[in-house]
Amino acid sequence: MSDLTRLTIAEARAKLRAREITSAELTEACLAAVDAADALNAVSAKTPEKAREMAAAADKRLAAEGEGAPSLCGIPLGIKDLFCTEGVASQAASNILEGFRPPYESTVTSRLWERGAVMVGKLNMDEFAMGSSNETSCYGPAVNPWRAKGSNRDLTPGGSSGGSASAVAAELCLGATGTDTGGSIRQPAAFTGIVGVKPTYGRCSRWGIVAFASSLDQAGPMAKTVRDAAIMLEGMAGFDPKDSTSAELAVPDFEAALTGDIRGKTIGIPKEYRMEGMPAEIEALWDRGAEMLRDAGAKTVEISLPHTKYALPAYYVIAPAEASSNLARYDGVRFGHRAKLGAGDAIVDLYEKSRAEGFGAEVQRRVMIGAYVLSAGYYDAYYLRAQKVRTLIKRDFEQAFKTVDAILTPATPSSAFGIGEMADADPVAMYLNDVFTVTVNLAGLPGAAVPTGVDASGLPLGLQIIGKPWGEAEMLDVAYALERSAGFTARPDRWW
Amino acid sequence: MSIDKATAARVAHLARIRVKDEDLETLASELSGILGWVEQLGEVDVEGVEPMTSVTPMALRRREDAVTDGGIRERVLANAPATREGFFAVPKVVE
Repeated sequence: MSDLTRLTIAEARAKLRAREITSAELTEACLAAVDAADALNAVSAKTPEKAREMAAAADKRLAAEGEGAPSLCGIPLGIKDLFCTEGVASQAASNILEGFRPPYESTVTSRLWERGAVMVGKLNMDEFAMGSSNETSCYGPAVNPWRAKGSNRDLTPGGSSGGSASAVAAELCLGATGTDTGGSIRQPAAFTGIVGVKPTYGRCSRWGIVAFASSLDQAGPMAKTVRDAAIMLEGMAGFDPKDSTSAELAVPDFEAALTGDIRGKTIGIPKEYRMEGMPAEIEALWDRGAEMLRDAGAKTVEISLPHTKYALPAYYVIAPAEASSNLARYDGVRFGHRAKLGAGDAIVDLYEKSRAEGFGAEVQRRVMIGAYVLSAGYYDAYYLRAQKVRTLIKRDFEQAFKTVDAILTPATPSSAFGIGEMADADPVAMYLNDVFTVTVNLAGLPGAAVPTGVDASGLPLGLQIIGKPWGEAEMLDVAYALERSAGFTARPDRWW
Repeated sequence: MSIDKATAARVAHLARIRVKDEDLETLASELSGILGWVEQLGEVDVEGVEPMTSVTPMALRRREDAVTDGGIRERVLANAPATREGFFAVPKVVE
Protein backbone atom coordinates (compact mmCIF):
# COMPACT_ATOMS: atom_id res chain seq x y z
CA MET A 1 0.00 0.00 0.00
CA SER A 2 1.16 3.47 -0.82
CA ASP A 3 2.07 5.72 2.08
CA LEU A 4 0.07 8.54 0.55
CA THR A 5 -3.13 7.31 2.19
CA ARG A 6 -1.45 7.77 5.57
CA LEU A 7 -1.34 11.54 5.13
CA THR A 8 -3.64 13.78 7.12
CA ILE A 9 -5.72 16.31 5.20
CA ALA A 10 -3.44 19.10 6.44
CA GLU A 11 -0.30 17.25 5.30
CA ALA A 12 -1.81 16.39 1.92
CA ARG A 13 -2.92 20.00 1.46
CA ALA A 14 0.67 21.22 1.91
CA LYS A 15 2.06 18.63 -0.52
CA LEU A 16 -0.66 19.30 -3.09
CA ARG A 17 -0.16 23.05 -2.97
CA ALA A 18 3.60 22.64 -3.23
CA ARG A 19 3.03 20.29 -6.22
CA GLU A 20 5.05 17.57 -4.46
CA ILE A 21 2.16 15.23 -5.16
CA THR A 22 -0.88 15.42 -7.40
CA SER A 23 -4.46 14.76 -6.48
CA ALA A 24 -4.45 12.09 -9.17
CA GLU A 25 -1.69 10.18 -7.34
CA LEU A 26 -3.35 10.62 -3.97
CA THR A 27 -6.71 9.56 -5.38
CA GLU A 28 -5.23 6.45 -7.06
CA ALA A 29 -3.67 5.50 -3.73
CA CYS A 30 -7.06 5.76 -2.03
CA LEU A 31 -8.86 3.86 -4.79
CA ALA A 32 -6.29 1.06 -4.48
CA ALA A 33 -6.79 1.03 -0.71
CA VAL A 34 -10.57 0.84 -1.23
CA ASP A 35 -10.19 -2.10 -3.62
CA ALA A 36 -7.96 -3.92 -1.16
CA ALA A 37 -10.40 -3.45 1.72
CA ASP A 38 -13.53 -5.29 0.59
CA ALA A 39 -13.31 -7.35 3.78
CA LEU A 40 -14.21 -4.21 5.75
CA ASN A 41 -17.41 -3.69 3.75
CA ALA A 42 -17.03 0.02 4.47
CA VAL A 43 -17.78 1.21 0.94
CA SER A 44 -21.30 0.68 -0.39
CA ALA A 45 -20.68 2.18 -3.85
CA LYS A 46 -17.25 2.72 -5.37
CA THR A 47 -16.99 5.73 -7.68
CA PRO A 48 -13.52 5.44 -9.26
CA GLU A 49 -14.41 7.17 -12.52
CA LYS A 50 -15.96 10.12 -10.79
CA ALA A 51 -12.98 10.25 -8.41
CA ARG A 52 -10.49 10.36 -11.30
CA GLU A 53 -12.42 13.12 -13.05
CA MET A 54 -12.66 15.16 -9.88
CA ALA A 55 -8.96 14.64 -9.14
CA ALA A 56 -7.98 15.81 -12.63
CA ALA A 57 -10.09 18.93 -12.19
CA ALA A 58 -8.55 19.53 -8.77
CA ASP A 59 -5.04 19.21 -10.19
CA LYS A 60 -5.84 21.86 -12.81
CA ARG A 61 -7.15 24.12 -10.12
CA LEU A 62 -4.12 23.55 -7.88
CA ALA A 63 -1.85 24.40 -10.81
CA ALA A 64 -3.79 27.61 -11.45
CA GLU A 65 -4.43 28.71 -7.88
CA GLY A 66 -1.46 27.24 -5.97
CA GLU A 67 -1.48 28.37 -2.35
CA GLY A 68 -4.80 30.09 -2.95
CA ALA A 69 -6.61 26.81 -3.72
CA PRO A 70 -9.23 25.81 -1.14
CA SER A 71 -8.05 23.63 1.76
CA LEU A 72 -9.96 20.61 0.49
CA CYS A 73 -8.87 20.93 -3.15
CA GLY A 74 -7.73 17.50 -4.33
CA ILE A 75 -8.49 15.73 -1.04
CA PRO A 76 -10.17 12.28 -1.42
CA LEU A 77 -13.19 11.91 0.86
CA GLY A 78 -15.80 9.25 1.49
CA ILE A 79 -19.49 10.15 1.71
CA LYS A 80 -22.00 8.45 3.99
CA ASP A 81 -24.77 6.78 1.99
CA LEU A 82 -27.30 9.07 3.70
CA PHE A 83 -26.17 12.02 1.54
CA CYS A 84 -27.83 12.33 -1.85
CA THR A 85 -25.18 12.50 -4.55
CA GLU A 86 -26.33 13.26 -8.07
CA GLY A 87 -26.49 10.21 -10.30
CA VAL A 88 -24.74 8.02 -7.71
CA ALA A 89 -26.51 5.33 -5.66
CA SER A 90 -27.82 6.93 -2.47
CA GLN A 91 -30.04 4.57 -0.56
CA ALA A 92 -29.52 5.19 3.15
CA ALA A 93 -28.47 1.52 3.39
CA SER A 94 -32.11 0.55 2.91
CA ASN A 95 -33.72 -1.86 0.47
CA ILE A 96 -36.62 0.55 0.15
CA LEU A 97 -34.34 2.94 -1.77
CA GLU A 98 -32.87 0.22 -3.96
CA GLY A 99 -31.83 1.64 -7.32
CA PHE A 100 -32.45 5.25 -6.26
CA ARG A 101 -30.25 7.70 -8.16
CA PRO A 102 -30.89 11.24 -6.91
CA PRO A 103 -31.21 13.82 -9.68
CA TYR A 104 -29.76 16.39 -7.24
CA GLU A 105 -26.82 16.87 -4.88
CA SER A 106 -27.03 17.53 -1.13
CA THR A 107 -25.93 21.00 -0.04
CA VAL A 108 -23.12 19.67 2.17
CA THR A 109 -21.58 17.55 -0.60
CA SER A 110 -22.07 20.39 -3.14
CA ARG A 111 -20.03 22.62 -0.89
CA LEU A 112 -17.27 20.01 -0.62
CA TRP A 113 -17.10 19.57 -4.41
CA GLU A 114 -17.09 23.35 -4.94
CA ARG A 115 -13.98 23.37 -2.79
CA GLY A 116 -12.32 20.78 -4.99
CA ALA A 117 -12.74 17.69 -2.80
CA VAL A 118 -12.76 14.28 -4.53
CA MET A 119 -15.37 11.57 -3.88
CA VAL A 120 -13.90 8.04 -3.66
CA GLY A 121 -17.23 6.37 -2.87
CA LYS A 122 -20.35 6.09 -0.78
CA LEU A 123 -20.01 4.60 2.67
CA ASN A 124 -21.90 1.95 4.59
CA MET A 125 -24.13 2.86 7.54
CA ASP A 126 -27.06 1.59 9.60
CA GLU A 127 -30.33 1.63 7.68
CA PHE A 128 -31.73 5.19 7.75
CA ALA A 129 -29.04 5.93 10.36
CA MET A 130 -30.93 3.84 12.92
CA GLY A 131 -28.42 1.74 14.81
CA SER A 132 -25.19 1.75 16.79
CA SER A 133 -23.30 -1.11 15.13
CA ASN A 134 -23.86 -0.79 11.37
CA GLU A 135 -25.64 -4.16 11.57
CA THR A 136 -29.01 -2.85 10.36
CA SER A 137 -27.52 -2.01 6.93
CA CYS A 138 -28.98 -3.65 3.83
CA TYR A 139 -25.38 -4.04 2.64
CA GLY A 140 -24.43 -6.10 5.71
CA PRO A 141 -22.29 -4.78 8.55
CA ALA A 142 -19.16 -2.68 8.03
CA VAL A 143 -16.21 -4.10 9.96
CA ASN A 144 -13.89 -2.27 12.33
CA PRO A 145 -10.26 -2.30 11.14
CA TRP A 146 -9.27 -2.69 14.81
CA ARG A 147 -9.15 -6.11 16.43
CA ALA A 148 -8.54 -7.00 20.05
CA LYS A 149 -4.99 -8.13 20.78
CA GLY A 150 -4.52 -11.79 19.86
CA SER A 151 -8.03 -12.10 18.43
CA ASN A 152 -9.28 -12.40 14.87
CA ARG A 153 -12.88 -11.70 15.75
CA ASP A 154 -14.64 -9.05 13.65
CA LEU A 155 -15.71 -6.02 15.68
CA THR A 156 -18.29 -3.39 14.85
CA PRO A 157 -17.04 0.08 13.88
CA GLY A 158 -20.13 1.45 15.68
CA GLY A 159 -22.97 3.25 14.01
CA SER A 160 -24.73 4.65 12.38
CA SER A 161 -21.75 6.17 10.49
CA GLY A 162 -19.88 2.85 10.70
CA GLY A 163 -18.63 2.78 7.13
CA SER A 164 -17.30 6.33 7.47
CA ALA A 165 -15.45 5.42 10.67
CA SER A 166 -14.05 2.20 9.23
CA ALA A 167 -12.95 3.90 5.99
CA VAL A 168 -11.10 6.73 7.76
CA ALA A 169 -9.50 4.46 10.37
CA ALA A 170 -8.37 2.03 7.64
CA GLU A 171 -7.09 4.97 5.56
CA LEU A 172 -9.23 4.34 2.50
CA CYS A 173 -9.86 8.11 2.28
CA LEU A 174 -8.47 11.10 4.16
CA GLY A 175 -11.78 12.05 5.74
CA ALA A 176 -15.47 11.22 5.53
CA THR A 177 -18.82 12.81 6.09
CA GLY A 178 -21.07 11.43 8.81
CA THR A 179 -24.39 12.35 10.33
CA ASP A 180 -25.32 12.32 13.98
CA THR A 181 -28.86 12.11 15.39
CA GLY A 182 -28.06 10.57 18.79
CA GLY A 183 -24.35 9.82 18.59
CA SER A 184 -23.91 8.42 15.08
CA ILE A 185 -20.68 10.35 14.38
CA ARG A 186 -19.12 10.35 17.85
CA GLN A 187 -19.70 6.71 18.89
CA PRO A 188 -18.19 5.20 15.71
CA ALA A 189 -15.31 7.72 15.86
CA ALA A 190 -14.56 6.56 19.40
CA PHE A 191 -14.79 2.88 18.38
CA THR A 192 -12.22 3.35 15.61
CA GLY A 193 -9.72 5.80 17.13
CA ILE A 194 -10.59 8.80 14.97
CA VAL A 195 -12.03 12.29 15.53
CA GLY A 196 -15.74 12.88 14.95
CA VAL A 197 -17.53 16.21 15.24
CA LYS A 198 -21.26 16.87 15.51
CA PRO A 199 -21.79 20.60 15.00
CA THR A 200 -24.44 22.83 16.57
CA TYR A 201 -27.91 22.10 15.18
CA GLY A 202 -28.29 24.40 12.16
CA ARG A 203 -24.58 24.74 11.35
CA CYS A 204 -24.68 22.32 8.39
CA SER A 205 -27.57 22.27 5.94
CA ARG A 206 -29.75 19.16 6.07
CA TRP A 207 -30.95 19.66 2.49
CA GLY A 208 -30.38 16.55 0.42
CA ILE A 209 -29.55 14.36 3.41
CA VAL A 210 -32.10 11.55 3.84
CA ALA A 211 -34.06 12.65 6.92
CA PHE A 212 -34.28 10.52 10.07
CA ALA A 213 -35.27 12.86 12.93
CA SER A 214 -35.20 16.38 11.56
CA SER A 215 -34.92 18.25 14.87
CA LEU A 216 -31.85 16.20 15.83
CA ASP A 217 -30.00 15.34 12.58
CA GLN A 218 -26.72 17.12 11.87
CA ALA A 219 -23.95 16.36 9.40
CA GLY A 220 -20.34 16.53 10.50
CA PRO A 221 -16.80 15.47 9.69
CA MET A 222 -14.96 12.28 10.62
CA ALA A 223 -11.20 12.55 10.25
CA LYS A 224 -7.83 11.45 11.59
CA THR A 225 -7.09 14.60 13.57
CA VAL A 226 -8.84 17.56 15.16
CA ARG A 227 -7.18 19.85 12.61
CA ASP A 228 -8.53 17.77 9.73
CA ALA A 229 -12.01 17.80 11.29
CA ALA A 230 -11.79 21.60 11.58
CA ILE A 231 -10.78 21.91 7.91
CA MET A 232 -13.61 19.62 6.81
CA LEU A 233 -16.23 21.28 9.00
CA GLU A 234 -15.42 24.64 7.48
CA GLY A 235 -15.95 23.08 4.05
CA MET A 236 -19.31 21.54 5.02
CA ALA A 237 -20.92 24.31 7.10
CA GLY A 238 -22.76 27.45 6.15
CA PHE A 239 -26.15 29.01 5.61
CA ASP A 240 -28.48 27.39 3.10
CA PRO A 241 -31.81 28.98 2.17
CA LYS A 242 -33.08 25.50 1.22
CA ASP A 243 -33.03 24.36 4.88
CA SER A 244 -35.37 26.45 7.04
CA THR A 245 -33.41 25.47 10.17
CA SER A 246 -30.03 26.40 8.69
CA ALA A 247 -28.44 29.21 10.70
CA GLU A 248 -27.75 32.50 9.01
CA LEU A 249 -24.33 32.83 10.60
CA ALA A 250 -20.86 33.29 9.16
CA VAL A 251 -18.65 30.19 9.31
CA PRO A 252 -15.62 30.91 11.50
CA ASP A 253 -12.10 29.87 10.52
CA PHE A 254 -12.15 26.77 12.72
CA GLU A 255 -8.58 25.80 11.90
CA ALA A 256 -7.22 29.22 12.88
CA ALA A 257 -8.85 28.78 16.29
CA LEU A 258 -6.64 25.76 17.08
CA THR A 259 -4.09 27.17 19.49
CA GLY A 260 -4.06 24.38 22.05
CA ASP A 261 -3.84 27.14 24.64
CA ILE A 262 -6.63 26.45 27.10
CA ARG A 263 -5.10 28.20 30.09
CA GLY A 264 -7.73 29.82 32.24
CA LYS A 265 -10.60 27.84 30.75
CA THR A 266 -13.06 26.03 32.98
CA ILE A 267 -14.07 22.50 32.00
CA GLY A 268 -17.16 20.90 33.54
CA ILE A 269 -17.21 17.26 34.62
CA PRO A 270 -20.89 16.22 34.91
CA LYS A 271 -21.39 13.97 37.92
CA GLU A 272 -24.46 12.27 36.45
CA TYR A 273 -22.30 10.76 33.69
CA ARG A 274 -20.52 8.62 36.30
CA MET A 275 -22.98 5.82 35.81
CA GLU A 276 -23.55 2.68 37.74
CA GLY A 277 -21.82 -0.28 36.18
CA MET A 278 -19.48 1.95 34.17
CA PRO A 279 -16.35 -0.02 33.20
CA ALA A 280 -13.33 0.95 35.32
CA GLU A 281 -11.30 1.60 32.16
CA ILE A 282 -13.75 4.22 30.94
CA GLU A 283 -13.78 5.91 34.32
CA ALA A 284 -9.98 5.90 34.48
CA LEU A 285 -9.74 7.32 30.95
CA TRP A 286 -12.15 10.09 31.85
CA ASP A 287 -10.10 10.96 34.96
CA ARG A 288 -6.93 10.97 32.88
CA GLY A 289 -8.54 13.26 30.32
CA ALA A 290 -9.48 15.72 33.06
CA GLU A 291 -5.92 15.60 34.33
CA MET A 292 -4.56 16.30 30.84
CA LEU A 293 -6.75 19.37 30.53
CA ARG A 294 -5.63 20.55 33.97
CA ASP A 295 -1.99 20.01 33.00
CA ALA A 296 -2.66 22.17 29.94
CA GLY A 297 -3.75 24.97 32.26
CA ALA A 298 -7.52 24.54 32.44
CA LYS A 299 -9.51 24.26 35.63
CA THR A 300 -11.96 21.36 36.01
CA VAL A 301 -15.08 21.61 38.12
CA GLU A 302 -17.82 19.14 38.91
CA ILE A 303 -21.15 20.17 37.42
CA SER A 304 -24.64 18.74 37.55
CA LEU A 305 -26.86 17.91 34.57
CA PRO A 306 -29.75 16.51 36.61
CA HIS A 307 -31.96 15.25 33.77
CA THR A 308 -29.26 13.18 32.05
CA LYS A 309 -30.92 9.91 33.00
CA TYR A 310 -34.03 10.83 31.05
CA ALA A 311 -32.28 11.79 27.82
CA LEU A 312 -32.30 8.34 26.21
CA PRO A 313 -35.95 7.56 26.92
CA ALA A 314 -36.94 11.05 25.71
CA TYR A 315 -34.88 10.47 22.57
CA TYR A 316 -36.61 7.15 21.94
CA VAL A 317 -39.94 8.95 21.86
CA ILE A 318 -38.90 12.02 19.87
CA ALA A 319 -36.65 10.40 17.26
CA PRO A 320 -39.08 7.59 16.33
CA ALA A 321 -41.95 10.09 16.21
CA GLU A 322 -40.06 12.25 13.72
CA ALA A 323 -38.89 9.17 11.84
CA SER A 324 -42.42 7.86 11.44
CA SER A 325 -43.36 11.16 9.78
CA ASN A 326 -40.22 11.45 7.67
CA LEU A 327 -40.35 7.85 6.48
CA ALA A 328 -43.99 8.13 5.45
CA ARG A 329 -42.68 9.24 2.04
CA TYR A 330 -41.42 5.73 1.26
CA ASP A 331 -44.67 4.46 -0.14
CA GLY A 332 -43.64 2.57 -3.26
CA VAL A 333 -45.13 5.24 -5.51
CA ARG A 334 -42.59 7.94 -6.33
CA PHE A 335 -39.23 6.23 -5.88
CA GLY A 336 -37.62 3.14 -4.46
CA HIS A 337 -38.99 -0.33 -3.93
CA ARG A 338 -42.52 -1.33 -4.93
CA ALA A 339 -43.88 -4.71 -3.88
CA LYS A 340 -45.39 -7.04 -6.46
CA LEU A 341 -49.13 -6.85 -6.01
CA GLY A 342 -51.71 -9.60 -6.16
CA ALA A 343 -54.98 -9.47 -8.07
CA GLY A 344 -57.37 -7.11 -6.34
CA ASP A 345 -54.67 -5.41 -4.26
CA ALA A 346 -55.43 -1.73 -3.71
CA ILE A 347 -53.29 1.28 -2.88
CA VAL A 348 -53.09 0.48 0.87
CA ASP A 349 -51.80 -3.01 0.01
CA LEU A 350 -49.17 -1.36 -2.14
CA TYR A 351 -48.06 0.85 0.77
CA GLU A 352 -48.11 -1.88 3.40
CA LYS A 353 -46.41 -4.56 1.33
CA SER A 354 -43.76 -2.22 -0.11
CA ARG A 355 -42.86 -0.91 3.34
CA ALA A 356 -42.83 -4.39 4.91
CA GLU A 357 -40.43 -5.61 2.21
CA GLY A 358 -38.32 -2.47 2.02
CA PHE A 359 -37.73 -1.58 5.68
CA GLY A 360 -35.55 -3.71 7.95
CA ALA A 361 -36.62 -4.84 11.42
CA GLU A 362 -35.14 -1.95 13.42
CA VAL A 363 -36.58 0.69 11.09
CA GLN A 364 -39.99 -0.97 11.23
CA ARG A 365 -39.82 -1.02 15.02
CA ARG A 366 -38.98 2.66 15.25
CA VAL A 367 -41.58 3.74 12.70
CA MET A 368 -44.21 1.82 14.67
CA ILE A 369 -43.07 3.25 18.02
CA GLY A 370 -43.33 6.67 16.42
CA ALA A 371 -46.80 6.00 15.08
CA TYR A 372 -47.86 4.81 18.52
CA VAL A 373 -46.53 7.76 20.55
CA LEU A 374 -48.14 10.20 18.11
CA SER A 375 -51.48 8.40 18.01
CA ALA A 376 -54.69 9.75 19.50
CA GLY A 377 -54.81 9.20 23.24
CA TYR A 378 -51.04 8.71 23.66
CA TYR A 379 -49.64 11.95 22.24
CA ASP A 380 -49.75 13.85 25.54
CA ALA A 381 -48.47 11.00 27.67
CA TYR A 382 -45.48 10.22 25.45
CA TYR A 383 -44.63 12.80 22.83
CA LEU A 384 -45.59 16.00 24.63
CA ARG A 385 -43.99 14.81 27.86
CA ALA A 386 -40.77 13.90 26.03
CA GLN A 387 -40.65 17.37 24.45
CA LYS A 388 -40.99 18.91 27.93
CA VAL A 389 -38.18 16.71 29.22
CA ARG A 390 -36.14 17.88 26.23
CA THR A 391 -36.65 21.48 27.37
CA LEU A 392 -35.34 20.49 30.82
CA ILE A 393 -32.28 18.76 29.34
CA LYS A 394 -31.42 21.85 27.35
CA ARG A 395 -31.93 23.99 30.45
CA ASP A 396 -29.45 21.80 32.37
CA PHE A 397 -26.77 22.68 29.82
CA GLU A 398 -27.69 26.38 29.82
CA GLN A 399 -27.19 26.44 33.57
CA ALA A 400 -23.88 24.60 33.31
CA PHE A 401 -22.51 26.88 30.60
CA LYS A 402 -22.96 29.87 32.90
CA THR A 403 -19.89 28.64 34.77
CA VAL A 404 -17.93 26.45 32.34
CA ASP A 405 -16.46 26.88 28.86
CA ALA A 406 -16.73 23.23 27.79
CA ILE A 407 -17.73 19.86 29.21
CA LEU A 408 -15.68 16.65 29.27
CA THR A 409 -17.38 13.23 29.24
CA PRO A 410 -16.68 9.71 28.01
CA ALA A 411 -17.76 9.20 24.38
CA THR A 412 -19.05 5.65 24.77
CA PRO A 413 -19.75 3.25 27.62
CA SER A 414 -17.35 0.62 26.18
CA SER A 415 -14.86 -0.07 23.42
CA ALA A 416 -16.00 -1.69 20.17
CA PHE A 417 -17.98 -4.90 20.63
CA GLY A 418 -18.19 -7.95 18.40
CA ILE A 419 -20.41 -8.12 15.34
CA GLY A 420 -23.43 -10.22 16.29
CA GLU A 421 -22.71 -9.88 20.00
CA MET A 422 -25.88 -7.90 20.64
CA ALA A 423 -28.08 -9.99 18.34
CA ASP A 424 -30.04 -11.59 21.17
CA ALA A 425 -30.07 -8.56 23.46
CA ASP A 426 -33.26 -6.52 23.66
CA PRO A 427 -33.32 -3.32 21.57
CA VAL A 428 -32.90 -1.12 24.64
CA ALA A 429 -29.46 -2.67 25.39
CA MET A 430 -28.22 -1.41 22.00
CA TYR A 431 -29.74 2.02 22.62
CA LEU A 432 -27.50 2.43 25.71
CA ASN A 433 -24.51 2.97 23.38
CA ASP A 434 -25.66 6.56 22.97
CA VAL A 435 -26.03 7.31 26.66
CA PHE A 436 -23.21 9.93 26.69
CA THR A 437 -23.89 11.46 23.28
CA VAL A 438 -27.66 11.74 22.96
CA THR A 439 -28.04 14.64 25.43
CA VAL A 440 -26.01 16.81 23.04
CA ASN A 441 -28.46 16.22 20.17
CA LEU A 442 -31.47 16.92 22.36
CA ALA A 443 -29.89 20.23 23.43
CA GLY A 444 -28.72 21.11 19.89
CA LEU A 445 -25.09 21.50 21.04
CA PRO A 446 -21.80 20.73 19.32
CA GLY A 447 -19.81 17.70 20.50
CA ALA A 448 -16.51 16.15 19.47
CA ALA A 449 -15.13 12.66 20.10
CA VAL A 450 -11.34 12.57 20.48
CA PRO A 451 -9.30 9.34 20.62
CA THR A 452 -7.62 9.39 24.00
CA GLY A 453 -6.33 5.92 24.80
CA VAL A 454 -6.66 2.17 24.36
CA ASP A 455 -8.21 -0.42 26.63
CA ALA A 456 -6.53 -3.55 27.98
CA SER A 457 -7.12 -5.38 24.71
CA GLY A 458 -5.61 -2.55 22.67
CA LEU A 459 -8.90 -1.15 21.35
CA PRO A 460 -9.33 2.63 21.05
CA LEU A 461 -11.36 4.66 23.54
CA GLY A 462 -12.50 8.23 23.13
CA LEU A 463 -13.60 11.17 25.23
CA GLN A 464 -16.17 13.75 24.28
CA ILE A 465 -15.87 17.53 24.49
CA ILE A 466 -19.22 19.34 24.51
CA GLY A 467 -19.24 23.01 23.48
CA LYS A 468 -21.59 25.96 23.74
CA PRO A 469 -24.11 26.60 20.96
CA TRP A 470 -22.18 27.94 17.93
CA GLY A 471 -18.99 27.46 19.96
CA GLU A 472 -17.41 24.84 17.68
CA ALA A 473 -14.19 26.88 17.39
CA GLU A 474 -13.63 26.97 21.14
CA MET A 475 -14.75 23.32 21.49
CA LEU A 476 -12.31 22.22 18.78
CA ASP A 477 -9.50 24.10 20.52
CA VAL A 478 -10.16 22.17 23.74
CA ALA A 479 -10.32 18.96 21.67
CA TYR A 480 -7.00 19.94 20.09
CA ALA A 481 -5.40 20.43 23.51
CA LEU A 482 -6.72 17.02 24.61
CA GLU A 483 -5.47 15.40 21.40
CA ARG A 484 -1.99 16.85 21.90
CA SER A 485 -1.80 15.68 25.51
CA ALA A 486 -3.20 12.24 24.78
CA GLY A 487 -0.78 11.72 21.89
CA PHE A 488 -2.91 8.91 20.49
CA THR A 489 -0.82 7.39 17.69
CA ALA A 490 -1.97 3.74 17.70
CA ARG A 491 -3.15 2.36 14.36
CA PRO A 492 -4.92 -0.85 13.53
CA ASP A 493 -2.72 -3.66 12.17
CA ARG A 494 -3.61 -4.32 8.57
CA TRP A 495 -5.29 -7.76 8.45
CA TRP A 496 -7.74 -7.10 5.63
CA MET B 1 -47.80 0.13 29.04
CA SER B 2 -48.18 -3.39 27.80
CA ILE B 3 -49.04 -3.70 24.12
CA ASP B 4 -51.29 -6.61 23.21
CA LYS B 5 -51.55 -8.33 19.86
CA ALA B 6 -54.52 -6.25 18.75
CA THR B 7 -52.75 -2.99 19.57
CA ALA B 8 -49.65 -4.18 17.70
CA ALA B 9 -51.81 -4.87 14.67
CA ARG B 10 -53.39 -1.42 14.95
CA VAL B 11 -49.96 0.28 15.21
CA ALA B 12 -48.66 -1.69 12.22
CA HIS B 13 -51.63 -0.50 10.20
CA LEU B 14 -51.12 3.12 11.36
CA ALA B 15 -47.53 2.82 10.16
CA ARG B 16 -48.69 1.21 6.89
CA ILE B 17 -46.43 -1.79 7.43
CA ARG B 18 -47.83 -5.26 6.73
CA VAL B 19 -47.02 -7.59 9.63
CA LYS B 20 -47.81 -11.29 9.41
CA ASP B 21 -50.19 -12.63 12.04
CA GLU B 22 -47.60 -15.01 13.43
CA ASP B 23 -45.16 -12.09 13.98
CA LEU B 24 -47.58 -9.91 15.95
CA GLU B 25 -46.83 -11.56 19.29
CA THR B 26 -43.08 -10.84 19.04
CA LEU B 27 -43.75 -7.32 17.81
CA ALA B 28 -46.11 -6.66 20.72
CA SER B 29 -43.52 -7.80 23.21
CA GLU B 30 -40.74 -5.68 21.61
CA LEU B 31 -42.91 -2.58 21.56
CA SER B 32 -43.93 -3.22 25.17
CA GLY B 33 -40.29 -3.50 26.17
CA ILE B 34 -39.35 -0.18 24.60
CA LEU B 35 -42.44 1.67 25.84
CA GLY B 36 -42.03 0.19 29.32
CA TRP B 37 -38.51 1.58 29.46
CA VAL B 38 -39.68 4.96 28.14
CA GLU B 39 -42.22 5.17 30.94
CA GLN B 40 -39.57 6.38 33.39
CA LEU B 41 -40.25 9.81 31.84
CA GLY B 42 -43.29 9.80 34.11
CA GLU B 43 -40.97 10.39 37.09
CA VAL B 44 -39.96 13.84 35.81
CA ASP B 45 -41.74 16.87 37.19
CA VAL B 46 -42.75 18.73 34.02
CA GLU B 47 -45.25 21.03 35.70
CA GLY B 48 -45.17 24.42 33.95
CA VAL B 49 -42.45 23.34 31.48
CA GLU B 50 -42.97 24.35 27.86
CA PRO B 51 -42.51 21.54 25.34
CA MET B 52 -39.58 22.19 23.04
CA THR B 53 -40.50 23.31 19.56
CA SER B 54 -37.16 24.62 18.31
CA VAL B 55 -33.80 23.71 19.78
CA THR B 56 -32.08 26.89 18.59
CA PRO B 57 -34.13 30.02 19.04
CA MET B 58 -34.70 31.37 15.54
CA ALA B 59 -37.45 33.15 13.67
CA LEU B 60 -38.60 31.37 10.56
CA ARG B 61 -37.43 33.18 7.49
CA ARG B 62 -39.87 34.29 4.84
CA ARG B 63 -39.29 34.65 1.17
CA GLU B 64 -41.00 36.02 -1.86
CA ASP B 65 -44.01 33.85 -2.80
CA ALA B 66 -42.54 33.03 -6.18
CA VAL B 67 -41.92 29.89 -8.19
CA THR B 68 -38.28 28.88 -7.78
CA ASP B 69 -38.35 25.45 -9.37
CA GLY B 70 -40.32 23.41 -11.85
CA GLY B 71 -40.46 22.17 -15.41
CA ILE B 72 -38.49 19.06 -14.48
CA ARG B 73 -41.12 16.34 -14.91
CA GLU B 74 -38.66 13.87 -16.39
CA ARG B 75 -36.38 14.21 -13.38
CA VAL B 76 -39.26 13.95 -10.92
CA LEU B 77 -40.41 10.73 -12.55
CA ALA B 78 -36.94 9.30 -13.17
CA ASN B 79 -36.90 7.13 -10.04
CA ALA B 80 -40.55 6.07 -10.04
CA PRO B 81 -41.27 2.32 -10.05
CA ALA B 82 -44.13 2.79 -12.54
CA THR B 83 -45.20 5.74 -14.69
CA ARG B 84 -47.71 6.29 -17.46
CA GLU B 85 -48.10 9.28 -19.76
CA GLY B 86 -46.04 11.52 -17.49
CA PHE B 87 -47.78 10.48 -14.26
CA PHE B 88 -46.98 8.15 -11.37
CA ALA B 89 -48.94 4.93 -11.92
CA VAL B 90 -50.69 3.28 -8.95
CA PRO B 91 -53.44 0.69 -8.45
CA LYS B 92 -57.01 1.91 -8.49
CA VAL B 93 -57.58 4.29 -5.54
CA VAL B 94 -61.29 5.11 -5.88
CA GLU B 95 -63.93 2.56 -6.89
